[in-house]
Amino acid sequence: MTSNQPKKVIILGALSAVAEQVARIYAEEGAALLLAARKGEHLEGVASDLRARGAAQVKTATLDLASADAALEAPKMIEALGGGDHIVLAYGVLGDQERGEADQAEATRILQVDFMSAAQWCMAFARHLETQRSGSLVVIGSVAGDRGRASNYLYGAAKGGLAILVQGLAHRLSRVGVRAVIIKPGFIDTPMTASFKKGPLWAKPSAIAAIVRRAAERGGPIQYAPGFWRLIMLIIRTVPAFVFHRTKL
Amino acid sequence: MFSQAEPGISSWGRIIRREHEIAHPRFAEEVRAWARDSKQARLAIGLRRSYGDSGLSADALLIDMSGLDRIISFDPHTRILRAEAGFSLDELMRLFAPRGLFPSTCPGTRFVTLGGAVANDVHGKNHYSAGTFGCSVRGFTLLRSDRGLIEVTPESEPELFAATIGGLGLTGIILDVSIELTAIPSSEMDVEITPFSDLNGFFDIAAASEDRFEHTVAWIDCTVAGGKGVFQRANWAADGARNPHKPPGLARLPIDAPNFALNPLTLKAFNTLYYTAQTTGDRSKRLHYAPVLHPLDSIHDWNRLYGGRGFYQYQCAVPASAREAVRDLLDWIARSGEGSFLAVLKSFGPKQSPGLLSFPMEGYTLALDFPNRGERTLRLLDELDAIVRRAHGRLYPAKDGRISRAMMQAGYSELDRFAASVDALCRSDFWTRVST
Ligand SMILES: Cc1cc2nc3c(=O)[nH]c(=O)nc-3n(C[C@H](O)[C@H](O)[C@H](O)COP(=O)(O)OP(=O)(O)OC[C@H]3O[C@@H](n4cnc5c(N)ncnc54)[C@H](O)[C@@H]3O)c2cc1C
Ligand SMILES: NC(=O)c1ccc[n+]([C@@H]2O[C@H](COP(=O)([O-])OP(=O)(O)OC[C@H]3O[C@@H](n4cnc5c(N)ncnc54)[C@H](OP(=O)(O)O)[C@@H]3O)[C@@H](O)[C@H]2O)c1
Repeated sequence: MTSNQPKKVIILGALSAVAEQVARIYAEEGAALLLAARKGEHLEGVASDLRARGAAQVKTATLDLASADAALEAPKMIEALGGGDHIVLAYGVLGDQERGEADQAEATRILQVDFMSAAQWCMAFARHLETQRSGSLVVIGSVAGDRGRASNYLYGAAKGGLAILVQGLAHRLSRVGVRAVIIKPGFIDTPMTASFKKGPLWAKPSAIAAIVRRAAERGGPIQYAPGFWRLIMLIIRTVPAFVFHRTKL
Repeated sequence: MFSQAEPGISSWGRIIRREHEIAHPRFAEEVRAWARDSKQARLAIGLRRSYGDSGLSADALLIDMSGLDRIISFDPHTRILRAEAGFSLDELMRLFAPRGLFPSTCPGTRFVTLGGAVANDVHGKNHYSAGTFGCSVRGFTLLRSDRGLIEVTPESEPELFAATIGGLGLTGIILDVSIELTAIPSSEMDVEITPFSDLNGFFDIAAASEDRFEHTVAWIDCTVAGGKGVFQRANWAADGARNPHKPPGLARLPIDAPNFALNPLTLKAFNTLYYTAQTTGDRSKRLHYAPVLHPLDSIHDWNRLYGGRGFYQYQCAVPASAREAVRDLLDWIARSGEGSFLAVLKSFGPKQSPGLLSFPMEGYTLALDFPNRGERTLRLLDELDAIVRRAHGRLYPAKDGRISRAMMQAGYSELDRFAASVDALCRSDFWTRVST
């Protein structure tokens, strides 16, 4: 990557509220983008907007990221864009915990989307970054992956597993100067949480996006977003089970 | 399109705060799909910078359009920008000021959407040269419950165009808007601040500034009679940097100020301070556009200064011949001791507004806040109404939360013609009051 060439950025789940804000930051920097998402009818509008905001180039790929063959599709994306400097993985589903407890298909879906498929995309792009010996992989996890709790432990397990995977990749790739970062947001006001009651701990997608963008170049392999969640999760993780089990979280 | 009841929904004046059914779509296609088979009453809203009840609706679904905030196209040759209705002037300026482009006019806050700017046909400090926001609108896409999607231009749909500009969201949901941007030489302005000691002083400076200064506005100290104040006039600096404004700072009012925060004493202190700050020191200076055009935007949520009961803003326009009415209004306000620190007086030029219900008329416009003290405040505003009515003036619906049907009819001669273009499923509390 030379500095006068636009950065090449691949965003998986580009229609997520957070991911679109990430794409806008890159667009204003003049980056070249490849947006991958499954709702093609929305992708073109987002792409035109990013071009008008200054993106050097915007390509789109319409596919179901949870069922696509990552090992096959990742190299195609890199080829279509002519490279891949920053890879951002943003897609995910919250799923229905209660249903997942009774219905194996729902449990499998959550694990497939949020962990299995995500892990495969990470592995595929890691191979590319390792060969390239530069660039970064930034993955959106969740604070829900820090401690299992009754209301969302399927989602939490997937995000927790993904965090361990990315942490391992960060270790492996550090030897060739490549970054891998897991972002752990708290509450974000997006369609995923549309029906939740909002309060002072809630962040805007643009605030999380700024953290995602910065993480591609600076900071450690585990980044809470916003940063105060590190402290909150430290406390939550250390609450003894006999106390935790009396809460309704 | 997902929607749910949310508590505490209010407009900028915060007098009414109650539960509303509200949807926050992110894509135009979601709204279109919903509209194909919904018979629900509806009202599109933007960033809720209107003060009164024109953006609230007790029994309709509110559709928050601020998530539809994408640029659709921009042509640097014609300077025509087409963007979704939720695209804000804040984003527009941030992205286009560095390219030497700006909206033709902008209200005293950047935090308004294109849809909201059209629906109130907003005006800025440069009405003499630019006219209203509607003067820069080349077309828009409207979603109606009777006709579906309509591409509206002044040529293709003249009546619907005129009804929708200043149409208060009642003629359908605006999905996107095309506007012509204006070239600016820099992002800086050369600003002159001149004090005046009475209203005649204001009228003289205003008349002398019309041709030479693009942006003019005056602040009046409304705690004393006579109309002393300061006049600000500005032009884009011919040379200088092209910097966008900074994102809003961290200054926020996290809680409501106590209700007694704005008694006449604090009012007086604030006014004196403001006056001195504006008039001492260098009277002509070069400033970035943000403090000149949107001085209040640096404090987020300043509307909470008025405490939990909220406030009214009263904005009227009177014809150029009705200078006496301006004087009478200020006298009443000074005597009442109820007014706020922000009394803004501007002149409107002769440019014809394109909307049937556009507010500006050639003459003067006065705007100020009144903390809500219930009946007492409403009685005072009724007195002001009488003065405006005698002067053949009108009130601004964007600011209103109380106007009577009679007052609306007196001010807007095209009201009945407008009503014929109202979408049968669009409904606001404002319209329920003035149409029945
Ligand atoms: C500090 C401050 C200063 C101001 N200064 C000025 C000024 O100088 N000049 C001036 O003219 N105004 C001024 N205003 C008022 C403001 O410009 C208008 O109220 C503006 O319309 C607000 O836009 P909004 O996006 O917040 O819309 P909202 O307030 O949310 O809605 C306004 C109206 O637009 C309709 N609407 C919004 N979006 C759509 C859509 N997509 N389709 C159909 N209808 C829609 C709503 O139904 C409603 O009737 C000021 C307001 C503030 C808070
Ligand atoms: N919102 C929060 O409070 C919060 C908190 C912590 C972490 N996160 C994480 O942040 C990330 C971004 O989510 P968000 O909050 O921005 O919510 P969002 O707007 O709902 O985004 C989620 C995106 O994932 C996409 N997606 C889901 N399954 C997919 C699939 N199989 N193929 C392709 N795309 C798929 C969705 O697309 P479709 O529309 O096609 O389904 C949607 O665009 C997610 O990983 C989420 O888990 C969110």
